[in-house]
Amino acid sequence: MQTSPGTAATILPIGSDADLAWARHQVRQAAAALGFGLVQQTKLITAASELARNTLVHGGGGHLEITPVAHGKARGLRLSFVDTGPGIRDLELAMTDGYTTGGGLGLGLSGARRLVHEFRVDTRPGGGTTVTVVMWLAGMPVPRPGTG
Amino acid sequence: MSEHDAAPGAAAQQVRAFLERRREQIAQRWADAPLFRTVFTVSRDEAVEASKAVADALAAVAASGRLEDITAAGYGTVREQLGRTAAARARTGCSPARIADEVAALRAPAAELLRAEFPDPAAPRAQECLLALALLMGTLRLVVMETALSTGEDLIERQRQQLLEATTPVIKLWDGIIAVPLIGTLDSARSQVVMENLLDAVVAERARYAILDITGVPTVDSLVAQHLMKTVAAARLMGAECVVSGIRPAIAQTIVHLGIDLGAIVTRARLSDALVYALRRLDVEISGPVPAVAGRP
Ligand SMILES: Nc1ncnc2c1ncn2[C@@H]1O[C@H](COP(=O)(O)OP(=O)(O)OP(=O)(O)O)[C@@H](O)[C@H]1O
Ligand SMILES: [Mg+2]
Repeated sequence: MQTSPGTAATILPIGSDADLAWARHQVRQAAAALGFGLVQQTKLITAASELARNTLVHGGGGHLEITPVAHGKARGLRLSFVDTGPGIRDLELAMTDGYTTGGGLGLGLSGARRLVHEFRVDTRPGGGTTVTVVMWLAGMPVPRPGTG
Repeated sequence: MSEHDAAPGAAAQQVRAFLERRREQIAQRWADAPLFRTVFTVSRDEAVEASKAVADALAAVAASGRLEDITAAGYGTVREQLGRTAAARARTGCSPARIADEVAALRAPAAELLRAEFPDPAAPRAQECLLALALLMGTLRLVVMETALSTGEDLIERQRQQLLEATTPVIKLWDGIIAVPLIGTLDSARSQVVMENLLDAVVAERARYAILDITGVPTVDSLVAQHLMKTVAAARLMGAECVVSGIRPAIAQTIVHLGIDLGAIVTRARLSDALVYALRRLDVEISGPVPAVAGRP
């Protein structure tokens, strides 16, 4: 996967509710600019909303990096949610539907994974958490991990 | 007090004396500087008066000797005025950096007058006084920036609060039926306001049915869904049944993928459908063309 030529990453702070609203707004703009349809846009924005809130609430704040990506003919959008918070001790547990340490529905991580094409969590206890998701434009060949 | 310590303090007092003595001339020059000229466009006298107030404030700060202290009491009298001036500049599209530059530009005319007070402007005492004035003006610049920023924050916070209240009206649709059209981002603060308004209205209107219309909510994530469910549960405790309307197709698909189960909540596609549902449950005779039935077989 390459980042698209001529399109730089956008980095947004995530430190408040207002930042979350702004992050959703920016993801919507980026997705619309790439030509994402309404359903795909809505799915990506909702996943972004979940992950950005986790960055804020569980990770103590951080940033979001929005990068247009390309793989052969496929075009997509990559979102990285980065924090330097406590990390996730048991990732498998955290990815379970309904698991929460904070009184939420516990659907943020697991639900976000179902809304996007690619989903990766890099985390270490005490070492922060980075969640990276990719959504490919519908109607384009979706690249499989490990090829190309 | 040794002579060494006395020197800076003495310079500050000399600057204070200068500011008081040359108040009129300084104000006349500042009135023509962009900061004041562009704000007080109606009357130059106002610009002069505003400039005099700033000169007086600086004199008071110089008298206290706290040239670099942005919390010095002397600024108290001009803080609001400077904040309004900066805000007026900002409204015309002036960037904060430009406003800071305009404040900094007040130094040169004052320094020129100060220099003229000395037979030899290169003499050490003259240099000390010019330095004291420069410090004073540098601090003024910080005071303006700080005031401008906090005025901006207040403004934003106020607008936010107004938005909170303005966008959550509770509408009485029928005897016993109320509706809340939700518009915009449902963050925790707003959800709280929505719930409180709704519950108050349930009591005030003796509502049996409350319609939450989310047509205007752009994103329904797990937090928003949770707030909706809590609101529905709280209304139920007050004896009202909630109907959620306005779930758009894209949002319905997203909610399902997310794994949220709204099965316990009555939902209808449109607000009018929700109203018909409530009316029927209240045994209200619906005759004639009902808007909600339009478009359905
Ligand atoms: N960035 C993060 N840093 C540390 N812990 C995290 C992070 N993201 C998620 N977690 C942990 O994973 C758990 C599950 O996250 P998930 O988003 O699924 O649920 P939640 O945030 O608790 O509730 P909600 O359904 O409202 O999102 C969290 O309760 C938290 O313990
Ligand atoms: Mg979450």
